[in-house]
Amino acid sequence: MKILVLAETDGGRVSEKSLPAIAFAQQKSPDAFTVLAIGDNLQCVETLTGYGAQAVLTVNHSALAKPLAERYAPVVAHYARQLGADAIVATTTTFSRDVLARVAGLLDAPMLSDIIALEQADGKLVAKRPIYSANLIGTFEVEGAPVVITVRGPAWGKPELKGAESPVQAAEAPTNIPTRSEWISLQGGSGGRPDLTQARVVVSGGRPLKDPETFEKYIGGLADVLGGAVGATRAAVDSGIAPNELQVGQTGKTVAPELYIAVAVSGSVQHLAGMKDSKVIVAINIDPEAPIFQVADYGLVADLYQVVPELIEALRNNRG
Amino acid sequence: MKILVSVKRVPDPYAKISPNASGTDINRDGLQMAVNPFDEIALEEAIRLKESGKATEVVAVSVGSAESQEQLRTALAMGADRAILVQTDDPLDAPSVAKILAAVFRREQPNLMLMGKQAIDMDENQVGQMLAALLDLPQATFASKITVENGSATVARETDNGIETIKVPLPAIITADLRLNEPRYVALTGIVRARSKPLETLTPADLGVQPRARVRLTRVEAPPARKAGKRVNDVQELVRLLRDEARVI
Repeated sequence: MKILVLAETDGGRVSEKSLPAIAFAQQKSPDAFTVLAIGDNLQCVETLTGYGAQAVLTVNHSALAKPLAERYAPVVAHYARQLGADAIVATTTTFSRDVLARVAGLLDAPMLSDIIALEQADGKLVAKRPIYSANLIGTFEVEGAPVVITVRGPAWGKPELKGAESPVQAAEAPTNIPTRSEWISLQGGSGGRPDLTQARVVVSGGRPLKDPETFEKYIGGLADVLGGAVGATRAAVDSGIAPNELQVGQTGKTVAPELYIAVAVSGSVQHLAGMKDSKVIVAINIDPEAPIFQVADYGLVADLYQVVPELIEALRNNRG
Repeated sequence: MKILVSVKRVPDPYAKISPNASGTDINRDGLQMAVNPFDEIALEEAIRLKESGKATEVVAVSVGSAESQEQLRTALAMGADRAILVQTDDPLDAPSVAKILAAVFRREQPNLMLMGKQAIDMDENQVGQMLAALLDLPQATFASKITVENGSATVARETDNGIETIKVPLPAIITADLRLNEPRYVALTGIVRARSKPLETLTPADLGVQPRARVRLTRVEAPPARKAGKRVNDVQELVRLLRDEARVI
């Protein structure tokens, strides 16, 4: 199987979000995968060269300075055709959902979103992926090539570093890039904290945190002492306590850090869908019946306003 | 301005979903069905554009079994002007649905197509983007705010990196995210009025499309359960366990 991995970029630099897709390619096609990075004057391309790809193709063009699907999809489709790729793969993110489903449309290719497993049997691909808000796992058979695939990051992890460096090859942008869509602005950002989907530690808060200042003081404070990222429940986001991009859950982000601390999070099915693959889960909640305790490795029934400051203090001392 | 909105029939978002006895599908006995919540948000946005004078007609379209008429009636009760059902009992995958919707789009020639970013059954998040590719139109996915002015739409999009704003000339395909709006409740007068609104039924063949699903669901199972752990008494015990037992701090 010949795989083309689309690296995630913001148009200016390559993101480490691509790593699970590279790990997938290493497992399924160790000797025949190529990485494609699209942008303008792209930085950090060297972060993609250590994983055994046959080549890292970079397409730099002023029309590609921002990650617009309408502009990126024809570039991906062009190189998928040129390489004769059997699968076009990226890590599941809003970037890849936007771009790759359009690529599937351009190539008239079937697509599998957010897969957690893939096998080849009798010339068919058989994949598993969460369905019904991750309440169930579905097994899907796919026929035809190429197939467009997004992989669920936590299920594939990090790729292995290989000895040799992959060659970086500058590639031309195709001439048919439509430029109707126009990029205006991006508001947000993690404020210097690690990216939510990449962080080793995630601290999430729920609606009982009352307001943005309280949320930042307790959840942000606990995350900072652990060098972690901040997450939030849908209820916290809907009530304006936390920004949208921090939402963890079925309609937000899927995370699987080594340590997930849920503070005043009840544990709805939708929230659990986004974090239950975390290695160690800690729940702090005043309600002993909260469903979050059913998935937590360590549960503390307590008032967050009392124990979170204690925990911040204890962790600071633990660091010594 | 004419707006086309697609509406999928899915299990009610609050229904309990479980595998059937043979593990080939979900258990559908007595299962309550509903309009896909993201499509409902798309429809609400279309109706608001009409109420504000920016749109003149809202057409709802659904692809699926005859029962999808129920969801189209809901769309009409909410405020859509007319509805189209492309009726088929054949298995469909996202590219097939996109091809059927592209044919409806070409027939209706709307200025804007709105739809949910994904359906809450298969959670694929594909059809809108595929449709935009098939029609060679601009796309704006995961919309949390839409402003239509002078033949284009400025769309705030919910991305993993924050709120991204892009501008697309119309016609375009826009997919709705959760926070675009809060759909209205259907009023009784709307339900009564919906009965007399036109609902046209077509087949894929009428549209010259012969879809064939290449992605097929063969098995449905519950995910492995996570075991509950232990209760700790205080912060000191928690920190000790995280350090010495779990070794994550």
